[in-house]
Amino acid sequence: MAFKEYRLGAAMVGGALGLSMTITLFMPSFDLRSAVSTKMALEKQLSAGFDIGFGYADPLLLGINRPITVDLETDPKTGAKLDPPIRAYVYKPGVPMPPNIRHPHDLGKGVYDLSESQGQITAVSGSNHTKGTQEGVVFTLALGEFNGEELTYIENASVTKGWTPDATLAAAGDKNTHLISKGKTEFVVQGCWWCHTLLPEQTQDWQAFGAPPYLGDFNGENPTAFGSDRKAPDILHVASRNSSREWMMMHFFNPRLVQVNSIMPRYDYLWGDKDAQGNTIDFDKWRAEYLEYSVGKRTYPPEVPDYAPNSEIRALIDWVLSLK
Amino acid sequence: MLFKYLSAKNEDIPPGSAAIFFGFSAIFWFVVGTGLGSFNAAKLAFPDFVTGTELFAFGHMRQVHVLAVIVGWISMAFAMTMMYMTPALGNTRMWSEKLGLWTALLWNVGLSSALISLWIGITSGREYSDFAWPFDLVILFGVITPLCVNVIMTIAHRRTQGIYITNWFFGACTFMVGIVLLVGNSPEYFHLTGLSEAYLTWWNAHNLLGLWITPVAAAIAYYTIPKLTGNPLYSHRIGHMHFWSIVVFYSTPASHHLMSSPLPEWLKSFASVEGVLILIPAVAFVANILLTMKGKWSMFVENMEVKFSITGVFLAIPLNMQGGFQQTRSINWFIHGTGWIVAHAHLALLGMSTFLEIAAVYFGLQQMLKRKLYSLALANFHYWFVLIGFCTYWISMTIAGLIQGAGKVYEVPYIDVVIAEHPYMIARWIGGTMVFTGNLVWLYNMWMTARVGTLVPDGRYAHELAYER
Repeated sequence: MAFKEYRLGAAMVGGALGLSMTITLFMPSFDLRSAVSTKMALEKQLSAGFDIGFGYADPLLLGINRPITVDLETDPKTGAKLDPPIRAYVYKPGVPMPPNIRHPHDLGKGVYDLSESQGQITAVSGSNHTKGTQEGVVFTLALGEFNGEELTYIENASVTKGWTPDATLAAAGDKNTHLISKGKTEFVVQGCWWCHTLLPEQTQDWQAFGAPPYLGDFNGENPTAFGSDRKAPDILHVASRNSSREWMMMHFFNPRLVQVNSIMPRYDYLWGDKDAQGNTIDFDKWRAEYLEYSVGKRTYPPEVPDYAPNSEIRALIDWVLSLK
Repeated sequence: MLFKYLSAKNEDIPPGSAAIFFGFSAIFWFVVGTGLGSFNAAKLAFPDFVTGTELFAFGHMRQVHVLAVIVGWISMAFAMTMMYMTPALGNTRMWSEKLGLWTALLWNVGLSSALISLWIGITSGREYSDFAWPFDLVILFGVITPLCVNVIMTIAHRRTQGIYITNWFFGACTFMVGIVLLVGNSPEYFHLTGLSEAYLTWWNAHNLLGLWITPVAAAIAYYTIPKLTGNPLYSHRIGHMHFWSIVVFYSTPASHHLMSSPLPEWLKSFASVEGVLILIPAVAFVANILLTMKGKWSMFVENMEVKFSITGVFLAIPLNMQGGFQQTRSINWFIHGTGWIVAHAHLALLGMSTFLEIAAVYFGLQQMLKRKLYSLALANFHYWFVLIGFCTYWISMTIAGLIQGAGKVYEVPYIDVVIAEHPYMIARWIGGTMVFTGNLVWLYNMWMTARVGTLVPDGRYAHELAYER
């Protein structure tokens, strides 16, 4: 064959595909990389940590090696009262840090400069996504001014205030400790996002359910788990609508307790074997009693057992209640 | 059975071995995938169906269903068709039958382990690219790349002068889907975050449809319909217009999946416009195939493979009309996130592409086994169960989606929408179960074809012989 038409054709496929890739991948990357992290993005990154999907540090997605979010009413170092309480993000030794600290561009202009100069975030030693930090670190958020603009930046409270991870956790106590990061892992693993989106839709949701998302709101988040199929309401701002831990407990144990027509699955298996008092949870008995209630033989449904402090459901509820 | 050929010399392996292996694997995964779909649908209709264990929770099972169907059934049916159509169209043998067999084996092993890992909760949390990245790499380099090499080398070693349109699609799409998987999963290898990650997730999901599932399904029809009817393809020019407009237009509208996100506005507008331009390849394909049927429409009733193929082409009409227009902002605003999208996705995968693939697998297995179909009655049962089951599913979910959209726009309390949808969820479960039942029968029928089907003499096609049972 003198004229090899397939050579020309192959070159044309390459050209056409290359053009479409340039327009849909390369050009948008300029807009996406120019995003400056908002306060929401910094809160999400610091509370979630490095990675929620499959990774080296937690291959079975059990929620190990995760940062812990605490609300502090007293200063962990001096013991002085803090008014208002401060939210701090505790990274114990070995916990991988959020990606923005390793990739400064992710924070955006101004936020990174403030976090570096005022917040001392580069003083963290020896972090990578497999080994994590060496001594552990406590982060907080602070307000600063950059070129006349007020921005929220990240502060390394271990350096600026001398807060160690252990002292911070002790000062907070279990009541003020939120396992938000482990909770987001649960959200991904249990597939909650197949039904609950995390992306409010234009007009109707923005009017009823809260603020529209901004470009910088998602910096550093991975996976974003927006969801696409909405069999249930959007939950990006759910804790602003309902912040009751008791309601959440009943809803997760058996959604039909709070909403008879709900099609949400039961998440009672996230309670584990033992309740908060260390007693074994008798699921069969609970279900038998619930069945009596649902056919009208009992006036009230059986009590939902209190979850243990280290149970998976506690982490999941902590995460849901962090969505404001 | 076919394992003995894995270590044989390439010349000693009978042509079509890989296609047969792929064909039965595809049907098996179709049974698994639709079974899981039926199970999941039951959970949506009756939330207390199976409870108390993490493994059978909806959130664990849903993506197993989706990926068993996409990677197991659809993609393996594509591989099967490539293994027998590409050599036939090039008047040659498969470049390496042995590589094909190894690909099929690795595909089954890799997919099984990947689905089990998903099932127990190891996920990347990204829709349609849920597999953890080691499995992504196995799919990309262990399955798609060898398939692509085999197909392209077969085309390169062809003994015909031109390249038929089907082979253009096969060669280009196996190559392009490799690029899509490589780039679409890059957030995991390179740890891209934020909106870039979300965008790449949907870019990957959209382009799997745009550059793999719909074009390859259409390419199959370009082979089966002329082959079965004996008519030449109506127009090769229109076929090439289909091919080129797919590469140019269908690879770009990814961002319509994220219309409410703060992606650049120019990108969303671009996606909308490109989305409507998808009507060009769509109309070209449907017109070309239906015009090829000229004078042979009786075969739509008489011939099982033509019946499935043409039903698939008919389903491409509503599919493309929906697909072209639902990415404009106004329609997207109404139907995004509702059951309408679920219906549309099933129209693409279970409707248009699956019907075309079923026809190709029926035809290819009879060809490669040189055996006539075991039972035409069971094949008819399969056709009607899949068609009625699919239509029940599609219509009920479309109505449910319109209810949801109206509920969203008029700010109806969400639970009232859930109550209103309940009957449609039951219909969805019934439809899905019918499809599953039909596929079980199909698996039995093809198995019996391989065991006891009437032998077809060399040089004849199974459908040319009078049907006998």
